[in-house]
Amino acid sequence: MDQGTVRVKRGLAEMLKGGVIMDVTNAEQARIAEEAGAVSVMALERVPADIRRDGGVARMADPTRVEEIVAAVSIPVMAKARIGHFVEAQVLETLGVDYIDESEVLTPADEAYHIDKWQFTVPFVCGARNLGEALRRIGEGAAMIRTKGEPGTGNVVEAVRHMRTMNDGIRRLQNLDEAQLMSETRDLGAPHALIREVAETGALPVVNFAAGGIATPSDAALMMQLGCDGVFVGSGVFKSGDPAQRARAIVEAVTYFEDPQIVAKVSRGLGEAMVGIEIDKLPDEERMQERGW
Amino acid sequence: MTFVSVGVLALQGDFREHAAALERLGAETTLVRTVADLMSIDALVIPGGESTTIGKLADWNGLVGPLRQRIGEGLPTMGTCAGMIFLAGATAERSDQVQLGVLDVVVRRNAFGRQVDSFEAEISVDGLSDPVHGVFIRAPWIEKIGDGVDVLAEVEGHPVLVRQGSIIATSFHPELTGDARLHTLLLDMVREG
Repeated sequence: MDQGTVRVKRGLAEMLKGGVIMDVTNAEQARIAEEAGAVSVMALERVPADIRRDGGVARMADPTRVEEIVAAVSIPVMAKARIGHFVEAQVLETLGVDYIDESEVLTPADEAYHIDKWQFTVPFVCGARNLGEALRRIGEGAAMIRTKGEPGTGNVVEAVRHMRTMNDGIRRLQNLDEAQLMSETRDLGAPHALIREVAETGALPVVNFAAGGIATPSDAALMMQLGCDGVFVGSGVFKSGDPAQRARAIVEAVTYFEDPQIVAKVSRGLGEAMVGIEIDKLPDEERMQERGW
Repeated sequence: MTFVSVGVLALQGDFREHAAALERLGAETTLVRTVADLMSIDALVIPGGESTTIGKLADWNGLVGPLRQRIGEGLPTMGTCAGMIFLAGATAERSDQVQLGVLDVVVRRNAFGRQVDSFEAEISVDGLSDPVHGVFIRAPWIEKIGDGVDVLAEVEGHPVLVRQGSIIATSFHPELTGDARLHTLLLDMVREG
């Protein structure tokens, strides 16, 4: 009996496809998310919009809080660790979380290195803006990728940019010959074996979700039509006027993303979406997507 | 080979992996999201995923009744992991989950543990000469079985593969390994009528 294998790590992400993973900060929010049809919840101390507003160092959530969330729901629980903070990851693994998000939403603990994720039994998801970044994270052992987007803004434009950039990168590889793949390896700064694999299959070797700025059912369906496998919603649910109804609407929009009539139906009467931020108005040092490499 | 059209319930989960496995065997597949999609199929697969999510989406979109009816009428059906839970009559731990109740078993969700306990193992299956490589992800097991349910495989004494008439249910994920034998079993049921 083998545990912690690549197949079971990537496999759990396969099971989450076509689903919505929602940020929650306590057990009550976790139950609302589960009731609304979330496939998983992400435990964290503050949602990205509040981290952005309040500033300060954002860290792993309190273990008691994580355990309360784990106990409150039957769906898998993810939790965030700081980039490079392998001890936060060790702690989260002992708490029984099902996935760790090594996340730029928290304040990075290491500016040079991400966590060596091969050392863990629990799988990891990491953010990426482009193909090279995704393959570096997979090279470090990530079993799932998500776009970085720009968290806590309620503005989907960066997630769209990252997904399109990823797709362009994959399509480009498919047209290169062996010699060109090596120079592409140099340019992307990612493992050659993974680059060859993507060139051959035309897809990332792991599941790729959208994240960072998704606030409405249409945002979610847009990311699905761009080719994402599923959607993370951070501040978009619990910073909105009616979290339970909005959460369910986003879940339905992800399943029926190809049917605009259903997206229209679930989008009606949802009340206030979270207040959005224009990315151009964000000072460079407040752009979370620039964290990590 | 007769033409077989298999529906794969595509509300959430790894439905594309099932569809790909079936297409490699020469079947035509339909991704089932509406009642209309259910009407023209010869067999059905309910994939791995989150059983609570799949149950809610089926309920909200009026699929529970039609699914019960078609499977109850003998539509050959295979459920894997979440699919097994959705087919079952009850779960051991909670009562408010939407389930079809067409498979006369009680399942225990996440019975083998959380993700860190997920595992791969060789399991022997009644009727197959070589073992099946089972991928168990936060997997359920079957806690109680009704009359008319045959246990085809067990892990540590717990049923993980059962058959009841034209329904097959597994705790593990044959769609992730490239082993086509269980999908073949489903297609054989259609061909044998």
